[in-house]
Amino acid sequence: MAGLQVPLEHVMLLAAALFVAGLAGLMARRNILFMLMSLEVMLNAAALAFVAAGARWGQPDGQIVFMLILTVAAAEVSVGLGLVLQVQRRFKTLDMDQANRLRG
Amino acid sequence: MQYPGQSQMMETLFYGAGAIALAATLLALTRTNAAHALIYLIVSLLAVAVLFFLMGAPFAAALEIVIYAGAIMVLFVFVIMMLNLGEAGDTRERQWLQPRTWILPGILAAALLAQLALALWQTPASTSGLEVSPREVGRTLFGPYVLAVEIASMLLLAGLVGAYHLGRRYIDRDSGGEQ
Amino acid sequence: MSDMLWLIPLLPLASATLLLVSLGRLPRTLVAYCGAGSVGLSALLVLATALQWDGEPIVRTLWTWMQVGDFAPAIGLYVDGLTLVMMSVITGVGFLIHLYSTEFMQEDESLSRYFAYMNLFVGAMLILVMADNLLFLYLGWEGVGVCSYLLVGFWYRDPANGAAARKAFIVTRIGDTAMALGLFLLFTQLGTLNVQAMPVLANARWEGGETVIVLATALLLGGAVGKSAQLPLHTWLPDAMAGPTPVSALIHAATMVTAGVYLIARTHELFLLAPATMAAVALLGLFTLLLAAFTALNQRDIKRILAWSTISQIGYMFLALGVGAWSFGIFHLMTHAFFKALLFLAAGAVIHCLHHQHDIFRMGGLRRRLPLVFWSFLIGSAALAALPFTSGYYSKDLILLSAFQFPQLGPWLWFGGLLGAALTAIYSFRLVFIVFFGEVQTEPDKKPGWRMSAPLGLLCLLSLFGGLISLPHDGVLGGNEHPHVPAAIEWISIAVPIIGVVLAYLLFLGRQWSLQTLLDSAPGRWLTAFWQSGWRVDGLYDLLWVKPWYRFTYLLRNEPVDRFYDGLTLLAAGGHRAMAYLQNGRLRWYATAMAAGLMILLSLLVGAP
Repeated sequence: MAGLQVPLEHVMLLAAALFVAGLAGLMARRNILFMLMSLEVMLNAAALAFVAAGARWGQPDGQIVFMLILTVAAAEVSVGLGLVLQVQRRFKTLDMDQANRLRG
Repeated sequence: MQYPGQSQMMETLFYGAGAIALAATLLALTRTNAAHALIYLIVSLLAVAVLFFLMGAPFAAALEIVIYAGAIMVLFVFVIMMLNLGEAGDTRERQWLQPRTWILPGILAAALLAQLALALWQTPASTSGLEVSPREVGRTLFGPYVLAVEIASMLLLAGLVGAYHLGRRYIDRDSGGEQ
Repeated sequence: MSDMLWLIPLLPLASATLLLVSLGRLPRTLVAYCGAGSVGLSALLVLATALQWDGEPIVRTLWTWMQVGDFAPAIGLYVDGLTLVMMSVITGVGFLIHLYSTEFMQEDESLSRYFAYMNLFVGAMLILVMADNLLFLYLGWEGVGVCSYLLVGFWYRDPANGAAARKAFIVTRIGDTAMALGLFLLFTQLGTLNVQAMPVLANARWEGGETVIVLATALLLGGAVGKSAQLPLHTWLPDAMAGPTPVSALIHAATMVTAGVYLIARTHELFLLAPATMAAVALLGLFTLLLAAFTALNQRDIKRILAWSTISQIGYMFLALGVGAWSFGIFHLMTHAFFKALLFLAAGAVIHCLHHQHDIFRMGGLRRRLPLVFWSFLIGSAALAALPFTSGYYSKDLILLSAFQFPQLGPWLWFGGLLGAALTAIYSFRLVFIVFFGEVQTEPDKKPGWRMSAPLGLLCLLSLFGGLISLPHDGVLGGNEHPHVPAAIEWISIAVPIIGVVLAYLLFLGRQWSLQTLLDSAPGRWLTAFWQSGWRVDGLYDLLWVKPWYRFTYLLRNEPVDRFYDGLTLLAAGGHRAMAYLQNGRLRWYATAMAAGLMILLSLLVGAP
């Protein structure tokens, strides 16, 4: 089945919109769980941009980078969620503004 | 093998999926209940999978559904279940999510989007419409990109070890040596 | 025997080390044996060396001190006639004074510290005179300076003594700095500081009278002036009398203060190349001897009188050096060491027996109470006043006659020296008459024991007959021919001290002249005060240097330079606080900052085509 021909900038704009939405979520939410979700959104947006770029040339490279992003996301989430559990245990809260012991 | 109007329909599908992805993402990020947010996020990911498929990347679309929407989101579900936040969590989230907390992030995000849009509009282009088959992806992946595969495997191993380390201590303390 | 040479300075140094390390825990008797014995052994070694000496300089290089390029000063000993004279004076007189100290200081709580410093001094002084290069000499030079500081401030619990010690150290430091500069200059010019090589190279290099050599010798003279308490750096010596009396006898009369004379004699071939410096030496000596003699006339403190007379006598030595009568200068150095040590030790005995009384007007009539001390003091004063057939007569007479022969200035120098001699006779016999004749003012409560008496007796003999010793340094130094002057001049030179003594008798004992009327007149009072203060030189220095310095430091009390650096510190601290504020540990804040940074980067990328 042949792919669809759409203007690349539309896809890219969608990717950018998803990315900044994730970024806004990252900046606004205090719950570490939602921050991790925002990160997922941002990673996914980047993946969309890569796949779109791959489709622009009809080459597989975009999808390969997508797969690499997928592995990064998987590793990040597994470690990140482990951290969420630790944060909950130590601070009895998921509020990242409370967990600021690294302040200078 | 195209029938008339097919292209029209697919284009509609494409923009519809895009709209759904954006809307579901926005909803996911503004929820107070983590489980609800997760459902919206899964919807968003599925919509993106549709976009992949329509752009001629069926393998990527499949991975998006299987790994992203399937495996990774399930991890989130597990953690939400373990944390067991309940109603108290909702209330607290509502306190934290005052409209004014969105002001600065909103402004920054909007400015960034405007910049990106400006940059994108300077170089118009179109997707090729060619389909890249899983076979082609596999050949490239284990051909020129084999080193990247190795690195990805190392990364996953590191993630595995890290997650095990972090999670084990949690289990040790809370369930008193059940393992 | 000459191979035992290195033991001579080492013995006192070893004893000093032992006494310092033992921290005063040794028994007092042992301390005394150790302190006096080490110097006594050194004296015996010096005697043996002198008896075996064949007239040739002995050179012993022990090891090389350091090696910097061509510069390799040795730790080496050089002994010729001049050195031998100095060594004999240092160890011989030094031993007598150490022996005397064992009784004088026997009740002092820090006996061990005292002997440690004294031995250290003797060791350093021996290094000074035995060094075979001027750098090693400088080591001893600074060593004796440190010991002088330590011993002047020996009774450090009284702040005045500490101040006197600081003054002695700082004022001589000015001279030492000049001397160091002189050494640098000589080294850059000649490439060596070895005492044997230097004159040869200097004679080959300079004709005489060049600016460089005049400057170098003038700088050396600065060092000598500081150490030997000559004008204008003489002000420390009277205050240095704050130390124990044997210290004054050894360091501030017999040996250390004559180091300047030794330095000039040692480098006299350089001074011969610089006639201008020679003239300066003679004139400095003359002015100093007159100033000090006038000042000594009017003091009340027995030790201060002797201190001023020391300055005056060293002035004679400088006069001798300045007119090229090197031998006679050193001769006077030796006889002066005998009779001045005798005077100081006798004064110390008086002070010891009169409960630390220093004021001569509270003494009197001691002639019958302390006969030995009286005779010692009389003999010492006679030698000091250069009455005929005492040791001082031989040396001072030779100096005066040599001065007369000096071209152009000669008669003036002679006349000045003669006036000084008259004054010397007056002030020394004033001391004798006031302290030992007349009414008894204070009763002595003890008599000096044998350890104080024996050195006094020996020094009496030396003061009387020391002038007959034929010196081994004649071969080293020139200017030792007996001067040929008209007979009248010789007779006048002999007569003047006697006239001085008679005047002193008339003024202070006979009360034939109404001295009091003279003193009470307005000019008399003014002159008395003026002389008593040492011609107000201290006040002048205070006004010229000390007060402006204090004012300067007062201006700088807030340390303006430091303020600038404090500002830098504040800036850094402020920057640190600002940066630390950014590091607030809040993830959302970091994310926002990254977003803002990303925006800025994108603006640059998108904005730039």
